[in-house]
Amino acid sequence: MMNNFTVEAFELTRLYGGREAVSNVSFNLSKGQVLGFLGPNGAGKSTTMKMLTGNLAPSNGSVKICGIDMMENPKEAKALIGYLPEMRPLYKEFTVDEYLTIAARLHRVSSGNIKKAVEAAKERCGLGHMSKRLIENLSNGYQQRVGIAQAIIHSPMVVILDEPTVGLDPIQIRDIRALIREVGSERSVIISTHILPEVEMVCDHVQIIDKGKLVFNGAIDVLKKQRIGNKLLIGMHNMPGTEAVLQIAGVVEAEILPGNLMRVRFADDTSPAEAIVQAATNNGWGLYQIAPDQTSLEDVFVQLTYQEQAVTESVAA
Amino acid sequence: MIINVARKELKSMFASPMGWVILSLLMFAFGTYYLNGVNDYFAVMSGAMRPAERTGVTQFVGQNVYGFASFLVLFAVPLLSMRLISEERRNQTLPFLFSAPISLTEIVLGKFLGLVIFLSILVVFIGLMLSTLNIWADIDFGFIIANSIGLTLMIASFSALGLYFSSMTQQPVVAAILTFIALFALMFLDRFFAGDPSNTLASLSLTRHFQSFSGGLIDTADIAYFGLFIATFLTLTVRRLDADRLRG
Repeated sequence: MMNNFTVEAFELTRLYGGREAVSNVSFNLSKGQVLGFLGPNGAGKSTTMKMLTGNLAPSNGSVKICGIDMMENPKEAKALIGYLPEMRPLYKEFTVDEYLTIAARLHRVSSGNIKKAVEAAKERCGLGHMSKRLIENLSNGYQQRVGIAQAIIHSPMVVILDEPTVGLDPIQIRDIRALIREVGSERSVIISTHILPEVEMVCDHVQIIDKGKLVFNGAIDVLKKQRIGNKLLIGMHNMPGTEAVLQIAGVVEAEILPGNLMRVRFADDTSPAEAIVQAATNNGWGLYQIAPDQTSLEDVFVQLTYQEQAVTESVAA
Repeated sequence: MIINVARKELKSMFASPMGWVILSLLMFAFGTYYLNGVNDYFAVMSGAMRPAERTGVTQFVGQNVYGFASFLVLFAVPLLSMRLISEERRNQTLPFLFSAPISLTEIVLGKFLGLVIFLSILVVFIGLMLSTLNIWADIDFGFIIANSIGLTLMIASFSALGLYFSSMTQQPVVAAILTFIALFALMFLDRFFAGDPSNTLASLSLTRHFQSFSGGLIDTADIAYFGLFIATFLTLTVRRLDADRLRG
């Protein structure tokens, strides 16, 4: 094999009655990477995932899993993928053990290893004490765990999870994120989500899809930089004018918000927070709050998805 | 791989009471017919004076039971086949099979095989039940074997058609009704052409092809008919599922 790509998507396009649900999506994913798909509802995230897993035939373009073409060799390619669709494909009349055994068997786990694989998957997803329960009787969160267990049971090279943390409580979400990171360290993981901080926590790579088009494709660091970024939110009882704040070294932009708040943008590689506090005490501005402005990731997202002329930037790592 | 899909189907049929209930009710009905057949045999044969009027006990009881069985599966198969694909479609579990390393043909064959194996339990039980006559009489095992093959082929044809209708809809009940109507029409097609038995349409009737088996005759033409019937509907089912993947 020439390269180490586990997933190669080339100009994926999907038409629904002439309307392009996904158009010209191309990307590569290497071993040990976690890719996050972001996008508003109906952007084409799930459609792209269905095409990657061979559940849907692309109208144009191709998918390769570890160098194996999905169109030409679907069985071999599918054997390398573990997939959890948005709607969990659970047979509710089975117990957890029965269901996972069937999943293992269908995914070519050799009959001697099935028991071991089932136990390992249950342990990783925290399902150990649920073995004999009917899936129907499990809570939403546990059903989601069964769905994830089903996707990783055959230790696939590529794990594709469509909104894996939906319906979970915060502790479960934390566990699942840890699991995704763990799986992602040795294999490749693709997840889709609406939750922006989640992307930041688990993904190395981000793709933002809007109206079927890839509007951003790059390393998480690029987004992170903008988020941890360059904005401060300052709360003051005696609000000074923007000119006074602009005089502090490093501050580039200041904007007064309702509720005695001010948003300050500063130049890269400077940290004017200390100077601002100093100035506030000296001038009696009545400073009661100063914090990094956390909204910028959302801003980036909104910017990218709602701009008509979004820049398709490609910062390949 | 086909076997793994079939195992899954069998498991899910026995996971709900539906499978057990249908099996036990059908066996109860066949048992009753068997008993009546044996009773009637003595009543009828004691009145039959001349040797030409006499028939063997296997044929007398066997025709009774197998004739009834071929009629009853007309109701049983739609009830069992309806959920095979439509329920998976409704519960959105099809991606589970589609993303596993198995082809559509294997999925369809596996589901078909699962149902046929399930219903073959009935065929085996009927055969065993009739074989118990051997304790008192010297019975014709060839007749039982021919009928068993015929009944299995008939069940397999019904299942193939049921599977196809199940793949067309999301509603199991709709699939059951469509399957029942189609099977009913195919079963009684020859009745409509009773006046003209040589009509081509009449020879499409499933009953007509079962008739030679029920007389104890294994005819390759009839086997070919059932084989083609099954192959046609299984191919249509594969194509229907493939359309899902292509059209989405």
